[in-house]
Amino acid sequence: MAAPLAKSTTMLKNAFKYVGLRGISTSRPASAQLTVRDALNSAIDEEMERDERVFILGEEVAQYDGAYKISRGLWKKYGDKRVIDTPITEMGFAGIATGAAMGGLRPICEFMTWNFSMQAIDHVINSAAKTFYMSAGIVNVPIVFRGPNGAAAGVAAQHSQCFGAWYSHCPGLKVVAPYSAEDAKGLLKAAIRDPDPVVCLENEIMYGTAFDVADEVLSKDFVVPIGKAKIERVGKHITLVAFSRAVATCLDAAKELSAIGIEAEVINLRSLRPLDFDTVMESVKKTNHLVSVEHGWPQSGVGAEVVSRMVEGPGFYYLDAPPVRVTGADIPMPYAKTLEDNSLPQGKDVVRVVKKILNVQ
Amino acid sequence: MFSITLRSLGRQVHQQNKSLAPLFTYSKNGLNTEASFDTKPFKLHKLEEGPSTSVTLSRQDALKYYKDMQMIRRMETAAGNLYKEKIIRGFCHLYSGQEACCVGMRASMRSYDAVITAYRAHGWTYMMGVDPVGVLAELTGRSTGCARGKGGSMHMYVKNFYGGNGIVGAQQPLGAGVALALKYQGTDGVCLTLYGDGAANQGQLYEAMNIAQLWKLPVIFICENNGYGMGTSVDRASASTNYYTRGDYVPGIWVDGMDVLAVREATRFAIDHCATGKGPMVMEVVTYRYSGHSMSDPGTSYRSRDEIQEVRQTRDPITGFRERMLSTNLATADELKDIDQEVRQVIEDAVKRAKSDKEIGLEELTADISCNPIDTRVRGVTAFDTLSHRRLGPAVNNH
Repeated sequence: MAAPLAKSTTMLKNAFKYVGLRGISTSRPASAQLTVRDALNSAIDEEMERDERVFILGEEVAQYDGAYKISRGLWKKYGDKRVIDTPITEMGFAGIATGAAMGGLRPICEFMTWNFSMQAIDHVINSAAKTFYMSAGIVNVPIVFRGPNGAAAGVAAQHSQCFGAWYSHCPGLKVVAPYSAEDAKGLLKAAIRDPDPVVCLENEIMYGTAFDVADEVLSKDFVVPIGKAKIERVGKHITLVAFSRAVATCLDAAKELSAIGIEAEVINLRSLRPLDFDTVMESVKKTNHLVSVEHGWPQSGVGAEVVSRMVEGPGFYYLDAPPVRVTGADIPMPYAKTLEDNSLPQGKDVVRVVKKILNVQ
Repeated sequence: MFSITLRSLGRQVHQQNKSLAPLFTYSKNGLNTEASFDTKPFKLHKLEEGPSTSVTLSRQDALKYYKDMQMIRRMETAAGNLYKEKIIRGFCHLYSGQEACCVGMRASMRSYDAVITAYRAHGWTYMMGVDPVGVLAELTGRSTGCARGKGGSMHMYVKNFYGGNGIVGAQQPLGAGVALALKYQGTDGVCLTLYGDGAANQGQLYEAMNIAQLWKLPVIFICENNGYGMGTSVDRASASTNYYTRGDYVPGIWVDGMDVLAVREATRFAIDHCATGKGPMVMEVVTYRYSGHSMSDPGTSYRSRDEIQEVRQTRDPITGFRERMLSTNLATADELKDIDQEVRQVIEDAVKRAKSDKEIGLEELTADISCNPIDTRVRGVTAFDTLSHRRLGPAVNNH
């Protein structure tokens, strides 16, 4: 089963050509600054304007303007019918939102944070994700479940958790995890237009972060295709695969590595299901090294999936070293600051791992 | 896929009337075209007035209700037998004894009203327009099943019927959500949301009722109280067994669920209430299931055979209705015998189909996972098995 070296070298050359082209296509001229929060807000606003069936419900989405202000201004603009405050009853309102989707509407169901979605996970999995298959393609469920995911700061174990692995485990769901403002706007708009249930895992810490965006991102027609990763930084020595805030961790690390002559390619997965493994594969064909980075726990995590796919198929033969996961520590999140800081991967952790794999001092 | 749609059901009834029309003309045999009955009194909660206990029944409707109830009874008997023959797998919850509930409710529904129920779904699936082949072949997992054999006993769907839900209580907020959609779309449609006495204790029912009352959603929360949640009697599971009052601020009505006419009247009343913007209503329909909870339950460890026998003899919804029809000359014994014979034949034929039809091919293993499959490659059981996603179903919400 060993892949012939000559063959892999040829493929490597092709991969260079291919990746080079893609690299150019991802760098667009920046013309404006946009925060992730405003990107999400305008995505919802534009899609509500575009389709009368789209509405948003959740705790504090209307009169309070959103617990994290994602829905700011929407209640004033669209009124009680389409921007609906719910009581604090996740199972009830997630079920109602899912039923409304079955009945022909396009609900956006906001969880104040994804931590609370566990009270309603039956509706996300059993009611939304499985119905289309169970009904042999009769009842599709066009709903978006969204909210902040992952660790915030100083909020301890019950409020600090990544649900990427949980929801991307389930067939029938689509799962997106935006990192930048461009991702946030384009992916949420694509999610709202999609006829299937989509889980949108945002990150609270990123809400206030401003990104340079190209003019096209500000357009009402801008969507980012679900299921396609983005190469955030082109490199040739090692592939770093991440999603959501961990992309920033990787970019930090890549900068530091670059100073010592190591060029890391950083892949922003954007979608966890479908997972764009083709892009990861193409990159590893070039770099021959793979590190996955996420803030979630290691066991059965997204990184575990990326690494498994790499080693159980032909990707194995392109690797010059074992693929490695960088993850959140395998513990419930502690409150104390120093402990919290050491629970999540930072740029320096990625740098340490990369140096070890590449055998650089 | 469905040889009897709601429209063709209507047509059938129409044709039947035509052929019966001469009977009325020569009504020397004393057949009546209409009769009146008294139902048991309804119990009311937070309601000034309830439905009238004096109901009128036309001969045409009577024949239809009788036939539908018999069809469901026979279909469930057939399902029980297929299960014992090990042709039906997994779960199989029979509706025998509860027929008057769905037949009575369906009689008051308008074409655009919706239904969602729990896993005891066969009778409802039939009443919403799937023919007995569609139900029985779903139970045997064959391609002519209404979900092509992918759903089985608990997951059947058809226009305005949102299942068949296997998770006790999950259908309660879903039904409120369907009602939200009906209201949002500007219709006066109502969603009938059914659950058993067991699911009446689920927290999400009260979450859904609270929201439904706040938002005035047109949903009827219908508790089919058959006395037992699996093997736990209502007294052992519920601090209050007055399920029609348990919506607190939601008006409620108690109905004799063994009387198809009482159920019909109460449902009409509840639909009127919900369709005129007054918000939700709770309806407790007291009934009984003859079989165990599911086929694996003989149903005799937590209740006596005498109890079951007594209900069969004194409260059976079909026997009772039959007697009413005969005593008021709405039909002759021969006519009902003919219907019985016709029903027996339909079910026999359906059983044959359900046994002889094939399961869907393996190429459908990966069909309709997603309505818009972005990556059509689906992993099989090993990394070396990459299957292809296919799109087959109509995807009613994809427009």
